[in-house]
Amino acid sequence: MTLLSTRGLAKDFGGLRAVHNVDFDLPQGQIRALIGPNGAGKTTFVGMLCGRLTPSAGRVAFDGADISTLPAHKRIRLGMAYTFQITSVFARLSCHENVALAVRRRHGDEASEVPAALVRVGLGHLEQALAGDLSYGHQRLLEIAMGLAQRPRLLILDEPTQGLSDSEIQAFKALIRDLSAEATILLIEHNMDVVMATADRVTVLNFGEILAEGTPPEIRADRAVQAAYLGTG
Amino acid sequence: MSDAAKILALHFGLLALLVALQFLLPAYHHGNLARIMVLASYAIGYNLLFGYTGLLSLGHAMFFAAGMYGMGLSVRHLGFTPAPALLAGIATGLALSAAFGALALRTAGVAFMIVTLMFAQAGYLIILYFGEYTRGDEGFVIQQSQRVLWGIDLTQPTARYFAAFTLFAACLLLSLQVIRRPFGKTLIAIRENEDRARMLGYDVFAHKLGAVILSGTVSAAAGAFYGLLFGYAGASFATVQYSILPLLWVLLGGAGTIIGPFIGALFTFYLIDIASGLTDAYMAVVGVVLLMLTLFASQGIGGELRARVWSWLP
Amino acid sequence: MEIGPYLMLASLEGAVTAAVLALTAVGLSLVFGVMRVVNVAHGEFFMLGAVLAWWVATSLGGHPAIGFAAALIVAPVLVGLIAAAADMTILKRLEYDPERTIVATIGLLYIIQQITLMTYGPDARPVEPPFNTRLALPWVEWGESGPALYWPWGLGTTTYKLAVIGAAGVVLVGVWGLMTRTRIGLVMRATQLDREMAQAFGIPVERVYALVFGLGAALAALGAVLVVPIQQAHYLMGHDPLLLSFIVVIVGGLGSLPGTVVAAVLIGMSDGIISVFFTPTLAKILATLLVALVLVFRPQGLFGARPA
Repeated sequence: MTLLSTRGLAKDFGGLRAVHNVDFDLPQGQIRALIGPNGAGKTTFVGMLCGRLTPSAGRVAFDGADISTLPAHKRIRLGMAYTFQITSVFARLSCHENVALAVRRRHGDEASEVPAALVRVGLGHLEQALAGDLSYGHQRLLEIAMGLAQRPRLLILDEPTQGLSDSEIQAFKALIRDLSAEATILLIEHNMDVVMATADRVTVLNFGEILAEGTPPEIRADRAVQAAYLGTG
Repeated sequence: MSDAAKILALHFGLLALLVALQFLLPAYHHGNLARIMVLASYAIGYNLLFGYTGLLSLGHAMFFAAGMYGMGLSVRHLGFTPAPALLAGIATGLALSAAFGALALRTAGVAFMIVTLMFAQAGYLIILYFGEYTRGDEGFVIQQSQRVLWGIDLTQPTARYFAAFTLFAACLLLSLQVIRRPFGKTLIAIRENEDRARMLGYDVFAHKLGAVILSGTVSAAAGAFYGLLFGYAGASFATVQYSILPLLWVLLGGAGTIIGPFIGALFTFYLIDIASGLTDAYMAVVGVVLLMLTLFASQGIGGELRARVWSWLP
Repeated sequence: MEIGPYLMLASLEGAVTAAVLALTAVGLSLVFGVMRVVNVAHGEFFMLGAVLAWWVATSLGGHPAIGFAAALIVAPVLVGLIAAAADMTILKRLEYDPERTIVATIGLLYIIQQITLMTYGPDARPVEPPFNTRLALPWVEWGESGPALYWPWGLGTTTYKLAVIGAAGVVLVGVWGLMTRTRIGLVMRATQLDREMAQAFGIPVERVYALVFGLGAALAALGAVLVVPIQQAHYLMGHDPLLLSFIVVIVGGLGSLPGTVVAAVLIGMSDGIISVFFTPTLAKILATLLVALVLVFRPQGLFGARPA
């Protein structure tokens, strides 16, 4: 079953075409990686999925319903979660409260679910610390914990491994595989190692258009993709 | 003691102290403190929006005046007794803040500040324009006979003190309750990072509107009590100065703390009281304090207390 | 007086208001445009200009023109220096944070206003205009023998008022030239477009900010010097110019100089003409509500283009 799909999705910024005519389908339960060179329109594309940006044209459907006109918070309530590319946590609140805000919105059990989400990303010992005092890598993990605590059906992660140490990246890969049982995952990722190890399928964006789509080995072998990345095309 | 117990001890301790002071203070300071408690209630209303939601309004005088005139005009022209008149004042503030919030919250940041300033200015001018009913700048007095609530003569110092105390205690406990509940915690989240709060699925606009309405209504309640307890309604309470004062009180006492508004109102009241004994240009004190706070202590007294001594201060 | 001549008189008075308002509002707009901060003390710089003009004119004595000419130079320069000093000691330390700057300039407003009250006192004092010849103006009437000129009683203006309009025009052209034709204007515009990029290219952003803040205040002071022979200097006189400047800057589109001038003319003129039909209070109510609604529904101003 298709959880998320777009038809003809496009975004212009004052004449500059950031995303152009994208048809995209994401089946339920899949881990999909979205890759592409810098400026390919990846963040713009997912911004339109979760309602942070208004498309210039096109439709977005989630779970069979057209959500093109819904504001961001209503899309989140349908079961999407989004972690920001540039870390965005509540810096002056504790890690507990950061995650609790995610739990409370869907009337979950704060006392049990907050520690569980923090432990799952490896921040169990930092529950009372201020989010702003955490290292950059830990803040990224906190964002993922907030994403988990929303119990989303679709989790959109925008470059989650940026700034993580090697050991944290290993733990992240395990976490993603573990999560795939509960949620569909759309992963924007630069780290090819992570993409190859986690994704079921890969979509490549280039100049705002879908360049290729396939399994990780197919994408690795694709000449057009190599050209886009290496600039030899 | 747990943090929750400390919080209760501090705030109920303050209320108990205020009850005790009624019997201890000499007449002059007794009267002042009654006034300060009403003004502090106004500041609590302001703080709910500025301190906890992060929305800086330069027009709260319109809510204070809405309460004052909603109460005063219904006494003067409709012959209301105090209880329904107070309710009329509060209802006026509620309606005004709902309408104002729905419009002004379409803007953010500096534009929001200027919109609040402009609406409040329009409100002040409207009071002047309908001078036939409001008596404009001159204002009007509410007679002693019109200020008897349930048989209690509110012109008597003790009755007035306890009426002011009741309002203040209600506002203090209300604000404490609000910020300990999910609604208040969400407001804080919006103040800290609006975009993140939205992407957690919170309806940011609805929460901000709720904060404007709550803040405006509490401010109006303070305005209604002020007019009733001190027997006067005048356009000067709708001027920019009465929008700046709660900002000053809250900045001085500590934005985003529950007791901050009271501390700020208390300090400012006596500061102006002393300065006005020395010079006609006592408002210079307000200027200097505002400037010093912005430059050197943007956390205010409550913020410093939280940072240095009481990390649990709500 | 009939309605025609009456409207003409109102337009003439409105043109004087518009001229002074344009100077004051362009000062505010310049500061907002380049520095992205709102200066709430702008009205007090206006007031300071008027009070200093009175001080210069009275301490010099002699023919009114000498005192006035001196005030025309001294008051804006002094006010500009005070503002630049305030920028360097206060706004710079706040790193031009928009909200904290507003609170700080509110503090500055009270300080300037109350120090003036302490030193200059609560009285309103006049400055003599350098020249002030009354000019009666004719009106056309359609009589039985075709159009005929006549001089309605009360329709007239003074040479001084016409000079104010002319002087404001000259200064505004000067500001426009400064911004578009000179190196310093280029530097200001570069700072406005991208502060960090400007800094990277070696533009001394801090000095540009002090200059812009000083220039903005000096323009307000200049407007005040021009108006003080008509209006008298008083320590509370800064309030209305501040509010009107806000209105003008917002209606004209935040930070847009041509938009600001057009809006100043429109609002200054309509202030005169509207008060023929409405009471001044009602006119002000409508103007403030207009601004609030413009900000809510058309934040780019009535004349600004919607950003892409």
